[in-house]
Amino acid sequence: MIAYLKKLEPPSSEKRWKIIAATMRKLGNERHALIEALHSLQQSFGYLDSAGLTYVAATLKLPLSQAYGAATFYNHFTMKPQGEHACVVCTGTACYIKGAPQLVRSIAARQAVKPGETTADGRLSILTARCFGACGLAPVIVIDGEVTGRVTPEVLQQKLEAVIACSLKS
Amino acid sequence: MLAEELKTLAAQQREAQDAIAATVNVCGAAGCQSLDSETLKKALAQAALAQGYSPARCSVRKVGCLGLCGAGPLVSVEPAGILYQRVQVSDAEEIMACLGGQPVERIRLDAGLPFFARQKRIVLENSGRIDPERLEDYIAADGYLALSTVLSERTPAEVIGEIQASGLRGRGGAGYPTGLKWSTVAKAVGGPKIVVCNADEGDPGAFMDRSVLESDPHRVLEGMAIAAYAVGAQEGYIYVRAEYPLAVDRLKAALRHAERQGLLGNEICGTHFQFRISIRLGAGAFVCGEETALLASIEGKRGTPRPRPPYPAESGLWGRPTLINNVETYANIAPIMRNGGAWFAGIGTERSKGTKVFALAGTIQNAGLIEVPMGITLRDIVFEMGGGIPDGRRFKAVQTGGPSGGCIPESLLDTAVDYETLTKLGSIMGSGGMIVMDEKSSMVDVARYFMEFSMTESCGKCAPCRAGTAQMYGLLGRFAESNATSADLELLESLCDLVRHTSLCGLGQSAPNPVTSTLRYFRPEYEAALGANPAAAGKA
Repeated sequence: MIAYLKKLEPPSSEKRWKIIAATMRKLGNERHALIEALHSLQQSFGYLDSAGLTYVAATLKLPLSQAYGAATFYNHFTMKPQGEHACVVCTGTACYIKGAPQLVRSIAARQAVKPGETTADGRLSILTARCFGACGLAPVIVIDGEVTGRVTPEVLQQKLEAVIACSLKS
Repeated sequence: MLAEELKTLAAQQREAQDAIAATVNVCGAAGCQSLDSETLKKALAQAALAQGYSPARCSVRKVGCLGLCGAGPLVSVEPAGILYQRVQVSDAEEIMACLGGQPVERIRLDAGLPFFARQKRIVLENSGRIDPERLEDYIAADGYLALSTVLSERTPAEVIGEIQASGLRGRGGAGYPTGLKWSTVAKAVGGPKIVVCNADEGDPGAFMDRSVLESDPHRVLEGMAIAAYAVGAQEGYIYVRAEYPLAVDRLKAALRHAERQGLLGNEICGTHFQFRISIRLGAGAFVCGEETALLASIEGKRGTPRPRPPYPAESGLWGRPTLINNVETYANIAPIMRNGGAWFAGIGTERSKGTKVFALAGTIQNAGLIEVPMGITLRDIVFEMGGGIPDGRRFKAVQTGGPSGGCIPESLLDTAVDYETLTKLGSIMGSGGMIVMDEKSSMVDVARYFMEFSMTESCGKCAPCRAGTAQMYGLLGRFAESNATSADLELLESLCDLVRHTSLCGLGQSAPNPVTSTLRYFRPEYEAALGANPAAAGKA
């Protein structure tokens, strides 16, 4: 309990922590701010690490187990660092019927990564999503936040090669 | 904003809109936006300027969903009523050049298609007709008129009476009478009441709520405010999926605009009524569509359901009486209050009133969003409005209700759509996703796909759902690999029964539906998987 009485400092002086602190403060640093705080944490750092979880839990006066519980319960949150680029394949029903499994197989064959994994060089993470609600354009992929519909394995590979090439230049 | 000011503003806006000779509407919902309708809109605006149209004569604007998402990006020209499909940036100049004369036939989409003509639009009345980010547009379409009238002229009891008279039932899937729910919350005691909007549209293949939030967000806010007045709440929450960033942005903007104009917040429409809405983001858990799990998630906990009773109406968020309705339910409220409950009750079937929005997707010619009166047949939806199956393939089944629903075969397509008949067929109305499958889809694979979904999305709180879905998934795997035995089939059937009757919440209780419905209508596919197994064949 003593730890809770001290003024809590973020893990580092990095500016991004201020965003997370502000999110929690806006909700009165109450326990119900947990999920909003985790969203903010993931948006700022790309994933949830233990330093961040500890900070959030302490600020909201929650046991760390509860923060960890929420972080692992919800699919949206990830505790692994993500690659430079992210490709999300929608595996909703419409996309499934229209060929999402072929897309996942094509990635497994060419890039040698499965959903949830990142390539060894850290350039590309492959994720799956339950449904983006763009079912009219199935199958759908999202590369670095950009949605593309009516995707074939060929189009997918072209797009992936383009983003990977992008990171080679930089 | 006072009621009088609202009316004046609406009249002004309408006058301004009428003064514009032509309006070019570019769809700005998520589907068309992913096809870069934003760049298209800029190109159209540029072409308009280049051809000497002043903004006063021709306005190019972004609107909500135009419906036929599969043929996007869509553009409509009003008041001529012309629709264009798959519009490219290179088409912009031609469209603008033809503004006053003959439309561009090459990319024209017949607005008289059954897909559009057979719709009855109540929830989607403004969808594709107003700019979702402009409050003035919504006000010009009689927006917030219902709220201001209700606040100044009707008592909460009268509002609930009107909703009861309309016969509106919950559009989230279960179909509980909305008026009854409201009156329970209104009567409940125990702390300040809360109004919650369930916008956690988790069913894969369903995008009705996303579209409503992206196309007409104020309609949902107005419905919630009327509900809050009726049940006596001052605090509201919208729980929306994080996977819908555009919907979240538009909701946030709508909240800000409405508060600034005194249509939400303190002293709404100059009365003493106050109501504040906060947005809470979901984090990708299907089970959070279940109301008690959703409330747990708003409280910042893991989204696990709890036994009911007590129902949220008596003890919900933080133990306070809570009204939870779905996006589409709230979207129906303002038109009901404007036109009367009797008007709404005149649409639909005896026990299912009004309209329902369906998201048509899968192997179907016209994929998109439709709003139809209850009681329309599935055949009309799939073949007439949906245009049937592309590439000359054969229809096999239509799946309604997502992972909680079932597959309906061709022989039953003449069934009228309402809550009771779909349940009788072993499926459910659900939130409105409709996935059409052709002969290439294996029903065992489909059942396995949904079971994998339910298994991964099971929160793990109760054993029947946690272990039962995993066992069923394993069994379905054997069928998919054609090495199941007849004992497996028996076990699968008994597990379906067990999980249905012993699970804690709707997720587990309905998880067997995809299996039971495919077993009921496509049993030979399961039996064929037995045939390939020598041991099973021997037993038979």
